[in-house]
Amino acid sequence: MQLTVNGTPVEIETEGDTPLLWVLRDQLGLMGTKYGCGVAQCGACTVHVDGFAARSCQLPIETLEGANITTIEGLAEAGTYHPVQEAWIETQVAQCGYCQSGQIMQAASLLADNPNPSDDDIDAEMFGNLCRCGTYPRIRAAIRLAQAKMGA
Amino acid sequence: MGRVRTIARRTFLIGTAAIGGAAIFGTYAVARPHENPLLDDLPDGAVAFNPWIMIDAETITLITPHADIGQGIVHTQAMLLAEELDLDLDQFETDFGEPAAAYFNEAFADEAAEIMTALVPLPATVLHSMLTPVLKLSGIQGTGGSTSVPDTFVKFRAAAASARETLKLAAAREFGVEVARLSTESGAVVLPDGRRVRYQELAAAASRITPVQDVPLRPQSQWRYLGKPTERIDIVAKSTGTQTYGIDLVAEGMVHATPVTNPRRGPMLSYDASDALAIRGVRDVVEITNGVAIIADNTWAAFKGAQAMRFEWGPAPYHADQADHWAEAEASFTEERFQAAWRNDGDVDAVIGETSDIEVAYRAPYIAHQPLEPLNALVTVTDDAIEISAGHQQPTQVRNVLAAVTGTHTPEQVHFRNQHSGGSFGHRLEFENLRLAVEVANQMRGTPVKLTYSREEDFVQDFPRHLAVARGRGTVSNGQITAIDLDIAGAPVLASQMPRAGLPTPPGPDSQITAGAFSAPYGNAGNFRVRGYGVQNLAPTSSWRAVGASFAGFMIETLVDELIHAAGVDPVEERLRLIDDPVSRAVLQTCADAANWSGPDRGNNRYAGVALVHSFGVPVAEIVEVENTDWGLKLHNVWVVADPGTVVDPINIENHIQGAVVWGLGHAMNSEITYRDGMAEQTNYHDAEGMRLHQCPDIHVTTLQNNPQIRGIGEPPTPPAFPALGNAIFAATGQRLREMPFYKFVDFV
Repeated sequence: MQLTVNGTPVEIETEGDTPLLWVLRDQLGLMGTKYGCGVAQCGACTVHVDGFAARSCQLPIETLEGANITTIEGLAEAGTYHPVQEAWIETQVAQCGYCQSGQIMQAASLLADNPNPSDDDIDAEMFGNLCRCGTYPRIRAAIRLAQAKMGA
Repeated sequence: MGRVRTIARRTFLIGTAAIGGAAIFGTYAVARPHENPLLDDLPDGAVAFNPWIMIDAETITLITPHADIGQGIVHTQAMLLAEELDLDLDQFETDFGEPAAAYFNEAFADEAAEIMTALVPLPATVLHSMLTPVLKLSGIQGTGGSTSVPDTFVKFRAAAASARETLKLAAAREFGVEVARLSTESGAVVLPDGRRVRYQELAAAASRITPVQDVPLRPQSQWRYLGKPTERIDIVAKSTGTQTYGIDLVAEGMVHATPVTNPRRGPMLSYDASDALAIRGVRDVVEITNGVAIIADNTWAAFKGAQAMRFEWGPAPYHADQADHWAEAEASFTEERFQAAWRNDGDVDAVIGETSDIEVAYRAPYIAHQPLEPLNALVTVTDDAIEISAGHQQPTQVRNVLAAVTGTHTPEQVHFRNQHSGGSFGHRLEFENLRLAVEVANQMRGTPVKLTYSREEDFVQDFPRHLAVARGRGTVSNGQITAIDLDIAGAPVLASQMPRAGLPTPPGPDSQITAGAFSAPYGNAGNFRVRGYGVQNLAPTSSWRAVGASFAGFMIETLVDELIHAAGVDPVEERLRLIDDPVSRAVLQTCADAANWSGPDRGNNRYAGVALVHSFGVPVAEIVEVENTDWGLKLHNVWVVADPGTVVDPINIENHIQGAVVWGLGHAMNSEITYRDGMAEQTNYHDAEGMRLHQCPDIHVTTLQNNPQIRGIGEPPTPPAFPALGNAIFAATGQRLREMPFYKFVDFV
């Protein structure tokens, strides 16, 4: 089957029930998308499917024929950063960093969809992305900084 | 009781004597430095001044041997070296290095000495000087106990200063000028005429010089990096998905594997792999200790194979049901299980007598670590080597433990490459993932094996935080606390954990039953006792962020709050009266000022609770503010003040303190591990999730620098979070929470 990953068409041959997460990691070698829980409880595997944030551990590859997938590796043009990534760097959000690909993909989706989110909007959109290190105060600050960058 | 106490004390003293010092091991053995591991296979023209700095014609490599489990210690170690070596933060590479005795952690002596001085009639300074040589001779390289900064703060700057002066000496000889006329900046020696010679160009010349020693360290006023905001050297990688963790490693020709072992930690009686082997992509099922590993072409096939397995598991070697764990703990306040009176000021029995003003009981559950990166390892076993990569907190022990797994390799044949970890919180102090990966790879020598745990396997095989219960009593009079008496019965976690690491259990009573309680700076209470009891027959456990203080801090600071309420006085004012230590008093006063403290009722339906816990040498005060809403309790603000002595990395410390508070609050709210039929009932994050973003309050951090010793910050801000939240909930609802997790008793938004 065919899909597009970070702008490049790819041909995938695998068992149809294989989640997109494991196709990305084990077959395409895109290691920026993380396995955390396997049951959509942590958000570490968040990617964009046709522009919307989705948990790649819950998407069997057979349902994605023709889909357009963006992972953390494809969020910005090579050699540049997405405004959300710029904000994450300037705010120095990460501790262990393992959840941050998912946090960034979720936040980028939020701001693309809702350029001026309320605090409640942020809570509602981000609550599914678990950070065991507890970087939430910085995630909130970085979303606000990214919002300012994208509005500028 | 008297005889039991004498025996416990004597055991402890024997242990103390056994750890010796220079007088026992000999001054020469203690003074002699460990071999520099960088000198093995050092290429021609390269120089390794010491175990931490290597320069060749191309590259400056800084060895940062402490495990980076998210706390950013690679960056901090690199800053300590760059400060005295005059490097820009983009002029070097870092490497965790090979496990080596040269990387032994001497800061474990700080906490051990403080703990021992509670029971041994010697000052902490004397105990410290006895312990340091023992740690050096043991050569144990470890990350834990909030020791990384204190371990490296002086040692690394001295190493870098030595390298810098040696490079200058090399330049002086090469260019025929006096050393005194040379300076260094941005990775280069600057000649008197202004010419700059890069360190790499001096490496070969420097390699022929004995390193200059005993170079004075620069005063704090001259620091360029330390104490100032810097950009973490891993922050771009961790914001772009390009940071590599152990779980991301691949090797040519590797197979994927996932373990399934007895969820009761007993033996595997039988298994049927026929359905698993029928799954496309599953290659084999091999036996490992207490279970099997599924060998497959990819991770998903391995996971599917694991789910298709059928097993008959043997019974648990501990109580099968949670109620019996609690009953065992609550029946442990006996002479036989008494370990020590860790604190015994005044005469508690005489003051309290039969008329305690309160008698209360507390409970703290097992809790899983569950960092977000599941356990994993990449390993190849050949006839003469074990090559293994994973994130781990005890590299030197990895070698010993894994050599014993095959029985045909020596520790020197185990080559361990440490990796950045996706969190740990104590989880990567354990060895099971490494053992099992080696057991699998040993059955297919020459083939790289990538072992990945499913989250469910990781949960049920997690050695959780030890369980504990407590009994508290006390008296008040004329608006003051006049006696505090706390008995804690907990599982001796070190006795469970140390054998798995191939290390001896520290002799004597287990400090991690009462740590954080007996260290409370409440000397002005006059009568203050904390006793520890060791519970037997519980599930195997392991150190969890803040270890014993994570529950003992909750117990002492809830008890003190209850006594203050009984006395009818202000929770901050009475604590300030109880404190006999100026460093702790400043911490609490600063916290109260930051929060504009005027009592637990803050108006507008908002209420506050306070707690102060002194653990790992660092006093931390927290004030938590909650609102009682129609949908439950909402956490609005936390003010936190900590005094670790010197702050070397101000941005990182703020992030780390906020994270430690989130860790404490989240687990206080909703996390526990309970056993049923011998198995942990919680199997993924929906069962034990910790805090999520929408629940996170604003966390206002202040650091003070009055502490005479520099100490670590990874753990100390966690213990006060539990009681500060519980005390705030009492203020808001009138309901006193004496057991965690709190969600069993109150609702959170």
